Amino acid sequence: MNWQVISHSLPIFAQAFKLTLWLSLVGILGSLIVGALSSLIQYFKVPILSQLFTAYVELARNTPLLIQLFFLYYAFPVIGLKMSATTCGIIGLIFLGGAYMAEGFTGGFSGVNQTQIDNGKALGMNNLQLARYVVFPQGFALSMPALAANVIFLIKETSIFSVIAIPELTNTALDLIGMYYRSNEYLFVLVVAYAIVLIPVILLLNLLERRVRYGTFGD
Amino acid sequence: MTEEILRVENLNKFYGDRHILHDINFTLHQGEVLTLLGPSGSGKSTLIRCLNGLEDFSSGAVYFKGEKIKPTDKNWQEIRQKIGMVFQSYDLFPNLTVMENILLAPTKVQKRAKDQVAQEAEGLLKDVGLEKYADSYPRELSGGQKQRIAIVRALIMHPEVMLLDEVTASLDPEMVRGILQIMTKLSKKHHMTMIIVTHEMGFAEQIADQVLFLEDGRILENTPGKAFFAQPKTERARDFLESMDF
Ligand SMILES: Nc1ncnc2c1ncn2[C@@H]1O[C@H](COP(=O)(O)OP(=O)(O)O)[C@@H](O)[C@H]1O
Ligand SMILES: [Mg+2]
Repeated sequence: MNWQVISHSLPIFAQAFKLTLWLSLVGILGSLIVGALSSLIQYFKVPILSQLFTAYVELARNTPLLIQLFFLYYAFPVIGLKMSATTCGIIGLIFLGGAYMAEGFTGGFSGVNQTQIDNGKALGMNNLQLARYVVFPQGFALSMPALAANVIFLIKETSIFSVIAIPELTNTALDLIGMYYRSNEYLFVLVVAYAIVLIPVILLLNLLERRVRYGTFGD
Repeated sequence: MTEEILRVENLNKFYGDRHILHDINFTLHQGEVLTLLGPSGSGKSTLIRCLNGLEDFSSGAVYFKGEKIKPTDKNWQEIRQKIGMVFQSYDLFPNLTVMENILLAPTKVQKRAKDQVAQEAEGLLKDVGLEKYADSYPRELSGGQKQRIAIVRALIMHPEVMLLDEVTASLDPEMVRGILQIMTKLSKKHHMTMIIVTHEMGFAEQIADQVLFLEDGRILENTPGKAFFAQPKTERARDFLESMDF
């Protein structure tokens, strides 16, 4: 292990690190929004839309991100839709992540007690009010473990962006290895970099999970 | 004759191909208390849930103040603002404080001004002896306290009728009396129109203007309260009262 090689590569990795963080953040937030929306629409069986979103979830969950990215990056330009690699990456990540988050939310929403829903209905709430004041807050707390697992999954999934040449962590490491044949050093930095992202996130999510659960149900 | 609040005509309810409620007919007038009695599984909860559309029924009709309710979601949402309901399982919203639980529906559903409703809520909390708990969370309350809040939460909507489904059945015995007193006061002092499902026979006798005795989804007796407890007409009702140690 040559420490000089490592220290020289750090500025490049720092850039890549920031990009991975940023892509993850946008991807996760987007996925949460798409997932929550999709799941609520399915929960309340909104006509047409709910079938549409069910199909979307199935499609997105059953195709690999790799294929989705190739499609966005190489096939869409053929029909005149050319997007930057980063845009493709983010759209792909949200497309995939939204479906996983939708499944996570759906699990949580279905765990909300029927008696809670009856109480909301008996107070005259319409579906939107039920969603906002009863199903979502309680279902969100119940879906936290699944959502947290998806957050970790999506962060790791950004490594696939390397195939469409987005200079995030994995792409950067592979590039450097290709140029300088120093796989030990660069892979070491790569692993450390992912650990620096993932370990705090895991700890934070754990804490958040317990906080939200306690804040909602008091146990 | 006082104004008619609820009327049920030939209501039938199936779960799949199980016939749960058979040709239910009754009328409830302003200020009256109807107690719905009958063994477990006789269809009391199902019937009471049909009255505010929590269950849909297979045939028949429910009239609210003389008007037939068209059973669409939107109509039920309107009607439910005028029909308060309290369940056996005192479910407050666990993520909201007592005050937030009470204010939620009047402010968000009825769009009433928050400070006005809050003032009214404080009064109601005082009435049930829980004014100190406005900022507590449900988890900090006993079952009896939660049930009192659930009653307040229904009352603050200004319902024209209250449906109370075994509201004391899950409570510790020492909690029961307080809740029964609240219902008695609602009837005697505020002349609240109520349908009460209960297994507290002493309470039922004292409060009921009208008794519906239900078995296997059929109304076996529809009798004025005094008469029912003095002299039930059917043997089934006599057996039932006996089994309740009454
Ligand atoms: N969701 C349901 N699906 C199928 N059967 C039900 C359902 N709810 C109640 N029942 C049946 O309907 C009958 C009446 O139940 P219920 O109204 O709860 O009786 P009660 O409140 O008098 O104890 C019972 O036989 C019960 O098993
Ligand atoms: Mg019942």
